[in-house]
Amino acid sequence: MADTTVNSKDVELQKVAGPWKEAWRGFRKSKIAVVGMGIVIFFILLAIFGPLFTPQGINEQNMAERFQPPSSTYWMGTDDFGRDILSRVVYGARISLWVGFLAVVASVIVGSILGILAGYYGRWVDTVISRFFDIMLAFPSILLAIAVVSVLGPSLRNALIAIAIINVPNFGRLIRSKVLSIKEDEYIMSAKAIGMKDSRILFSHILPNSMAPVIVQGTLAIATAIIEAAALGFLGLGASAPTPEWGKMLADSRSYLTNAPWTMIFPGAAIMLTVLGFNLMGDGLRDALDPRMKS
Amino acid sequence: MTEQLLKVEGLKKYFPIKSGIFGRVSNHVKAVDDISFSVKKGETLGIVGESGCGKSTTGRMLMRLLEPTEGKVTFDGQELTSLSNSEMRIARRDIQMVFQDPYASLNPRHTIEKILMEPLNVHNIGDPKERKQKVYEFLEIVGLSSYHAKRYPHQFSGGQRQRIGIARALMTNPKLIIADEPVSALDVSIQAQVLNLMQDLQKELKLTYIFIAHDLGVVRHISDRVGVMYLGNMAEMADTEDLYEKPLHPYTQALLTAVPVPDPAFEREEVVIKGDVPSPANPPSGCRFHTRCPFKMDICETTVPIFAEVEKGHSVACHLYEESRPQ
Repeated sequence: MADTTVNSKDVELQKVAGPWKEAWRGFRKSKIAVVGMGIVIFFILLAIFGPLFTPQGINEQNMAERFQPPSSTYWMGTDDFGRDILSRVVYGARISLWVGFLAVVASVIVGSILGILAGYYGRWVDTVISRFFDIMLAFPSILLAIAVVSVLGPSLRNALIAIAIINVPNFGRLIRSKVLSIKEDEYIMSAKAIGMKDSRILFSHILPNSMAPVIVQGTLAIATAIIEAAALGFLGLGASAPTPEWGKMLADSRSYLTNAPWTMIFPGAAIMLTVLGFNLMGDGLRDALDPRMKS
Repeated sequence: MTEQLLKVEGLKKYFPIKSGIFGRVSNHVKAVDDISFSVKKGETLGIVGESGCGKSTTGRMLMRLLEPTEGKVTFDGQELTSLSNSEMRIARRDIQMVFQDPYASLNPRHTIEKILMEPLNVHNIGDPKERKQKVYEFLEIVGLSSYHAKRYPHQFSGGQRQRIGIARALMTNPKLIIADEPVSALDVSIQAQVLNLMQDLQKELKLTYIFIAHDLGVVRHISDRVGVMYLGNMAEMADTEDLYEKPLHPYTQALLTAVPVPDPAFEREEVVIKGDVPSPANPPSGCRFHTRCPFKMDICETTVPIFAEVEKGHSVACHLYEESRPQ
């Protein structure tokens, strides 16, 4: 046998771009995607640090200052209780992003587990899980969310749970189909040939290789989840009264639309911008991670 | 006489064909139908045949990546077919496989180091430092460099990837390597390099190969003995020179006729077969080759020929040689 002693330090120095790094390189090429990511990062920073710098309290009522139009004191004006809309919109970013992110993470986790089980084990496991997804997808999603909230009772937390539930079949199906195609790949066969256990094959080969579409779908789903949370808030099924949730703020502004349009414009614009940011970023990620889309 | 490393007896694989909404089994595809052979320590057994003749299925059944429907596989004194799944996983340490498609058999998200380390991790060989050293060592052995370890599969050419595939198979110091069409996805110039590498490794590491291929030239180059498969059966098996110089089975004769000879003046007796390979779901009665055989006799339609030795080390399943068999 060849006698080779190798200085492992030399090997460590070799830095080579992995698949994720290459995807990032592809992502950066698209200006629109970078703008989308900028918007998302802006809102995330706003959600984390914004409430520390808001000029007014979020729930401080000041009846003397009701319906003030945007001015140097109240940049976005005030609402029917004289509360500062800027402060409420900034704080609302925290709520909306949190709800969107948490709901999507929860549905990704549950959906992944179900999807992997269905895809990898097949047979009756697949039949049961897939039919369950079909049943859930048969309902219009917002209707299903309303049903879930009305069973659990209206609150922000329950709205989050409802949104997580309605997204589960989307992720489940996505992962199932990905697992189905990956498990036929020859490197899975070769992992078996090495003597690897099923569980290890799942976690070290199948799961990492099926993550790319989930990340794309997840980013886009955060946008949808934010809209759904706002919709539930608007219908009075989400956040309750003083909470500065964007959808709820929109609902409250309805009666004053003609007199004080700023009570609607700013929360509405915040929803629109966040969703736009996530969608642009998601599109960019899809182009970067999906090899079929590459030009 | 060298000792036997692998013995296969009556190996069968039937894939059920399901039909109707309840998935009733209506028929079987007889991918491999009752084959027996053995492999001696240190030799290379080539298995050739057309696409769909069951040669890959046989290879996979030997290490139970596919469960055999019937039959016995004995490896190094241990009956593999009776092991439990977890015992089989451990036994795979001694039998490794090199796959056909070097583009699909390496996980695209893992570095070469991780891919080569995997067998060591799975079988708990050495400590992390030793494992790393072994990875670098084997990279050098298969003709790559240790600085390739941090790269990803897509950064290599097909030939280099197949070298990585071979290195992975060698990591656990196996006794037997099943190579399933290891060079058919490669360019001809690269094929030669990889074949020579495999031969060198065999000498250095005292390996035994089962070499599955459809390229007769490649098989002749690398094998000590060759088995010819047709439609799930073993048609003929003999020492390489014996088989290529003096093929007995009409199918083998036809196959060899199809190999071009680089000599325009060369004339030979041609055995031409007609028609296509019948469906393995509905194989012909008697000898499976009788529908295409130019020397067909009446007995061929009714009786399955026995696969047995007609000369020393030369076995064939054909009624033409029934008399010359030692009784």
